[in-house]
Amino acid sequence: MHAWTDERVERVIGALLRWGVILAAAVVLAGGAVYLARHGSTIPEYRVFRGEPSDLRNVSGIMTDAVSWHSRGLIQFGLLLLIAVPVARVAFSVVAFALQRDRTYVVVTLIVLAVLLYSLTRAGP
Amino acid sequence: MNSLGFSLLVGLGSVAAGFLGSLTGLGGGVVIVPLLALVFGVDIRYAIGASLVSVIATSSGAAAAYVKEGYSNLRIGMFLEIATTIGALAGAFLAARMSPSAIAVIFGVVLFYSAYLSNRSRPEHPSTARPDPLATSLRMDSTYPTADGPRSYGVQNVPGGFGLMFVAGGLSGLLGIGSGAVKVLAMDRVMRIPFKVSTTTSNFMIGVTAAASAGVYLSRGYIDPVLAMPVMLGVLAGSMLGAVVLTRARSRILRTVFSLVILALGVELIYNGLTGRL
Repeated sequence: MHAWTDERVERVIGALLRWGVILAAAVVLAGGAVYLARHGSTIPEYRVFRGEPSDLRNVSGIMTDAVSWHSRGLIQFGLLLLIAVPVARVAFSVVAFALQRDRTYVVVTLIVLAVLLYSLTRAGP
Repeated sequence: MNSLGFSLLVGLGSVAAGFLGSLTGLGGGVVIVPLLALVFGVDIRYAIGASLVSVIATSSGAAAAYVKEGYSNLRIGMFLEIATTIGALAGAFLAARMSPSAIAVIFGVVLFYSAYLSNRSRPEHPSTARPDPLATSLRMDSTYPTADGPRSYGVQNVPGGFGLMFVAGGLSGLLGIGSGAVKVLAMDRVMRIPFKVSTTTSNFMIGVTAAASAGVYLSRGYIDPVLAMPVMLGVLAGSMLGAVVLTRARSRILRTVFSLVILALGVELIYNGLTGRL
């Protein structure tokens, strides 16, 4: 078993970030292609703010739309994956600092993770 | 114009924004919002939502390259992220209570300031003063690679940097930008961290900061998937292209041109904000 040096942690984080972004971009691209193939000739309207429909505003709604291959839901799922990349990075850092027995930074990282999870789950309108 | 044409044009604009943003180090976010709002007539809330998503993509993509080089300091970044994420949450809540015109005016002012910061000279100033005891107890002092081997550095004024990072997070959440310029200011000028370490650590922090406000934006319906799609893919492609070119040439003229574009967009945003056209 190798020790979790700072350098090794940084390498793993680098890989996590890179593959996370590639995966998210691929899902967004696929969803976008489906959307434009189906609705490419509609006229877009962003001049007036209406806000997204409620199913595209929360994690469970987006999942439901994505599995039923709604193109907008699929893109939104890709964007959700993208938002999850930095969250995963912070979560991994908690584990890495714990393996290094660095208690101060376990606490620091847990605070950051708590703020992120609060924003994603609790921050309603 | 139909959705297909609109997506292609927005995508092309985003490639250009990402390209220039990465070449000049200002990030694509500062141009995406004015571009969408002023040129494409998009409501500033949708524009901010799409921009924020692209900020996460470029930050995470670029950080993957930076952590390998050994410049970024994970401990400094993580500690300061407490300030930026809480600031970002506050900024995102504030965004919902502010009129689009007020947001446009603040955005314009931030654009002026970014243009000013990017044109200032940046001397490397190896810190000779004793590091902040708080920084030492938080194990922030570290080394970075130079041509003559690793050089160590100490960190000054942790509370000052922490406070400014709260502001950086607030602006990020309010305007949907990475606010890398303010983050670098906090680390480089206030905490006296070497410039290269400051910029790479800032880039590393931008994604986490933006993710903190993204949840609020999502639940408020600011993130439109069809608009965000070409913006995210375009800015990502443009910034990757910029990173390739950057290693070969750094053009001073380009930086000046980009600053002028940013100044013009700032004037335009403030004017439209004050006359209530946005």
